[in-house]
Amino acid sequence: MRYLLAFLWKHNFFFLFVVLELVAFMLMTNSRNYQGAVIINATSEFSGGLNSASANIRNYFSLKKSNQQLLQENTSLLQNQSGSYLISDTGFYYKDSLYRYIGAKVVSISTHKRNNYMMLNRGIKHGIKKDMGVISAEGIVGTVIGVSKNYCSVMLVLHKDARISARIKKNNQLVNVVWNDIDYLYGTLEDIPAHLQLNYGDTIVSSGNSFIFPEGIKIGTIENYFNEPGKSLNSAKIKFSTDFNSLYFVYIIDNLMTPELIQMKINSIDE
Amino acid sequence: MNKLIYQHIFRFVLLVLLQVYVLNNIAFMGHLNPYLYILFILLLPLETPKWLLLISAFMLGLSIDYFSHTIGINIAASLLVAYLRPGLIRALSPKMDLGQGVKIGIRDMGFGWFFTYSTILIIFHHTTLFLLETFRFNEIWDTLGRALMSAIFTICLVILSQYLFYSPKKKQ
Repeated sequence: MRYLLAFLWKHNFFFLFVVLELVAFMLMTNSRNYQGAVIINATSEFSGGLNSASANIRNYFSLKKSNQQLLQENTSLLQNQSGSYLISDTGFYYKDSLYRYIGAKVVSISTHKRNNYMMLNRGIKHGIKKDMGVISAEGIVGTVIGVSKNYCSVMLVLHKDARISARIKKNNQLVNVVWNDIDYLYGTLEDIPAHLQLNYGDTIVSSGNSFIFPEGIKIGTIENYFNEPGKSLNSAKIKFSTDFNSLYFVYIIDNLMTPELIQMKINSIDE
Repeated sequence: MNKLIYQHIFRFVLLVLLQVYVLNNIAFMGHLNPYLYILFILLLPLETPKWLLLISAFMLGLSIDYFSHTIGINIAASLLVAYLRPGLIRALSPKMDLGQGVKIGIRDMGFGWFFTYSTILIIFHHTTLFLLETFRFNEIWDTLGRALMSAIFTICLVILSQYLFYSPKKKQ
């Protein structure tokens, strides 16, 4: 025992290094299953305050661009107003709303790492919960992975663990969107059935199969498609419709039907 | 001695803030990201006890992780640098007199020594950091390429900071 202690003491530098590295790896593996982002949330209150101070300064320089984005969005909303349609006989309508949108401001964001996140100035106080979707006026942005009192952190589509169920708009085929390039402008479309022919500019929208995003939110357009013979599933390069580098205002989506949907899923598994 | 401690604490805070609020927002040529914060460990005094090296590296990595939505990867990379540092200093200067008052930097050690020293440590740091961040085998070459390019960027900043903040030795 004494020799062991002496040995440990002699190499204390090495053993301290190993112990600390083990702590680091433990933290890492805990945060990999992305519920583990909880560790970040417990502490994000403080960094959120600092971040929003720096965002206030930064955003001052992008006012022009964000005004333009808001103008565009207002225009499209005006076009969607009931007054701008010639309404004939509608069969039925939803009495309840399906989704609630909560506006939020980006407090900090990264776009050029392998795994990218952002922080928004909305939290538990504003009714934000984990696994809510986040979109911008231009398209899909990410998913809420953790909430603190006043802030929430969002895993962007630009993440190696992100996988979004999508549809090709022109023929409703189900595909998946992932992000393998390091370029924040482009993503990859996977699991395209080989018999499909895609063209440059075809639109990809969210499928509505998850409880996170409503159906038909724009994700991007086809940039490059190779149909390799002999493969059953092809992939394609897509250009994201959201410009992640100029995000300023986003919307967090609260799916009001989630509890019911989850309940139904549990029931159907039980039977 | 006290003055020295305050100086290093100040440098710690300054480098963390600089990294989190300025350098993390830089994407040179698309996605090159400098990690200048490691300069803190490079510049710790020669007399620093080894355990303190590791503890301060741990704190440094933790602070960076805390602000940039990552947990653990910056800690692991900084710890490796702190672990390699004493051995590397011994290997690089077997005959040099490392007595009291010698500070690590271009002024006291010369350009060649400091350049080799920081290049080796920064390349180790960036490679570990980028590999842990990606954590995928099929992207390994791409990741190593990005790590190397970012390392070159960081090395330039480290050398630049030396010339910005340290005046050359005055002849007496």
